[in-house]
Amino acid sequence: MPLWLEVLIKSVILLFVVVTSFAYAMLAERKILGWMQLRPGPNRVGPWGLLQPAADAAKLILKEDLMPETADPLLYKLAPFISLLTAFGVYAIIPFGASASGQTWAIGNVNAGILLILAIGSLGVYGICLGGWASGSKYPLLGSVRSTAQMISYELAMSLSFVGVLVLAGTTSLDGIVNAQARWWFVLPQFVGCIIYVITAVAETNRAPFDLVEAETELVAGFHTEYSGLRFGLFFIAEYVNMLTVSCIATLLFFGGWNAPLHLTFIPGVAWFVIKVVCFMFFYMWLRATLPRLRYDRLMAFGWKVLLPLATLNLVVTAVVVAYTG
Amino acid sequence: MIAFWVLAAILIASAVWTIAAKKPVYSVVALLLNFATLAVLYVTLSAEFLAVIQIIVYSGAILVLFVFVIALLGSGVAPFPTGPNRLPKIWLPAGIFTLAAFGFLIYAVSTVKMAAAPATGAVGNADVFGSVADFGKALFTVQLLPFEATGLVLMVAVIGVITLGGEQMSDAEAQQSRMRADRAVREAILREGKG
Amino acid sequence: MASRKHLYNPGAILKGLSITFGFMFRKRPTIEYPSRKKQHSPRFHGLHELRRYADGKERCIGCELCSSVCPANAITVIGAENSPDDRRSPGERYAARYEIDELRCIFCGMCEEACPTDAIVLTPRFEMADYRRGSFIYDKDRLLVPPDAGVGMPPDDRPGGIPGDLGRVAEIKSTTDIDSGYGATWRGEILKNQHEGLAILKNPEADK
Ligand code: SF4
Ligand code: SF4
Repeated sequence: MPLWLEVLIKSVILLFVVVTSFAYAMLAERKILGWMQLRPGPNRVGPWGLLQPAADAAKLILKEDLMPETADPLLYKLAPFISLLTAFGVYAIIPFGASASGQTWAIGNVNAGILLILAIGSLGVYGICLGGWASGSKYPLLGSVRSTAQMISYELAMSLSFVGVLVLAGTTSLDGIVNAQARWWFVLPQFVGCIIYVITAVAETNRAPFDLVEAETELVAGFHTEYSGLRFGLFFIAEYVNMLTVSCIATLLFFGGWNAPLHLTFIPGVAWFVIKVVCFMFFYMWLRATLPRLRYDRLMAFGWKVLLPLATLNLVVTAVVVAYTG
Repeated sequence: MIAFWVLAAILIASAVWTIAAKKPVYSVVALLLNFATLAVLYVTLSAEFLAVIQIIVYSGAILVLFVFVIALLGSGVAPFPTGPNRLPKIWLPAGIFTLAAFGFLIYAVSTVKMAAAPATGAVGNADVFGSVADFGKALFTVQLLPFEATGLVLMVAVIGVITLGGEQMSDAEAQQSRMRADRAVREAILREGKG
Repeated sequence: MASRKHLYNPGAILKGLSITFGFMFRKRPTIEYPSRKKQHSPRFHGLHELRRYADGKERCIGCELCSSVCPANAITVIGAENSPDDRRSPGERYAARYEIDELRCIFCGMCEEACPTDAIVLTPRFEMADYRRGSFIYDKDRLLVPPDAGVGMPPDDRPGGIPGDLGRVAEIKSTTDIDSGYGATWRGEILKNQHEGLAILKNPEADK
């Protein structure tokens, strides 16, 4: 099989998997939020509301695609695609499991994998800030300015929390990191790093309690206030796919990827991977149902004055310990 | 080779777009395209670490700050006043200078002997030219001095920024100085009354 | 500083998380409305209904007491004399036109209190949503119960007669069968009558 065909087939399968999991992540979020607020959640379309995502998709596609007169047409139309592209692009290198012979299940296996994920992830902010700017109205602009500041502030702490793991694993390739966790998951030696990563990941995906980019109570809907129909849907997909991505990364870096805990190896690695990712997704929804939104200055202060020093300290301690123990 | 020419064309086109765009945001988008293309070019030169860092640092951080500033300024506002059009006066000397510089560059590239290309493995493998490990080793052994010197320069820049922009008092200090000023004013008024 | 204490207090966050987690397994009080409906008390103040006696005569004697007591000026009554060969009500007069603007009505129930013959009552029906403002002006066609749905003893035939069951409102309050839920709304009939109602609105003379 030629390489391009192999990559194409893998990509199509992966695209299907990711889009389906987006759809059901969305449904799960609405259900779980509902349960936590003593509501049943969507349950009208299909049994237990299982066909709700299809209904939503049909609705979004059929809706009118509006554009404000003051908008910048090119960037306004381009922005959702930038968001979507960066959100899906990461999956080109995320490994989901390994066969018995050590072959990883991923579209591409890059040596600098973790850095590449950071790189693609850092481009995601363009969709948000260009979309907000191009809408030509004030709430989206405020949302996008906030998102820019927030993303830059939290990306630093996030990258630093990665480095601790890299020092322990001694490699930047994702399957190398997972293999290094065969004995211990890195959540144990890198507990602080893991906490920092989980917090910054919430901020990077703009989800509650760090969803100042959308902040319904102040900014209507933040950066996507003016978007409607399918373009709004694309932003929506990007948000959930990003959530899925950060869950995958947390699993890969801190929770052993497809390594089975307690030698429960009769369950295949991919299943373990999925279980861990689902747990993370649940955690994010749970957070959203629990915590109120931070005030903007507190968000900044928390990022710069707490997370960043903590992440630096964590890195220094890790480096010293690794240097002395070998 | 085809890849190189295509990339080079995109690079130059996006660079021209950057300086020719009417709206500053389009300049940023063009620059983003430029940086991304440059990263791809690095990959074709088997410098994968450099490519990734190029995106993380330039596209992901610095350019985002540009967008931030431009979004704050608003699309209609020029960041600084533009003077009269000076192109008629300077196009000749500027053109000559540019051509000379290009000529020198081409001459230099064509005559200077290149070192033999280092042994490379497949891009993406650990421990080959351009990989993270290779880069790290170079940075902390052979290139240590330039690396530290760059760090020093950046540190100087940071300190400069703080001294220029960060003349800030704490709340208590500010209140004290306000009170001092108030008292001075009151005393001056009293003295006037006496005198 | 209280807020900072909470922001940097993982204990508080964990407590919050445990509370929301616990809520996931609580019994949900949701009544899934269109398929399951809440049982209102029989005294619920909903859509009005003009009632009849068991023999099919209208209770309303066109006295306009309801109309004058209504705080929202929602009721219009135009009375007319009964003629001996076509007695609509046991009294001298009956309501030739009777209209309630349900959009003005505040469902206070004063009309029900004021009516000397218990003719106008508020039923527990509440599903009145419609697409046009005009449809909320309910006339006799839509307010009056069907001829065979009357209750109560008719009074003596003497002029100004007092109904035999006056005061026993609870008993005759509504013809709606509470136990079968409110699925049996008058919606179907209301829709049927809507065209006529609108026609009358446009041309009030036609109603004479
Ligand atoms: S319920 Fe009150 S507001 Fe409504 S018609 Fe009767 S008296 Fe008027
Ligand atoms: S409904 Fe009652 S109060 Fe109103 S006009 Fe008829 S009899 Fe009189």
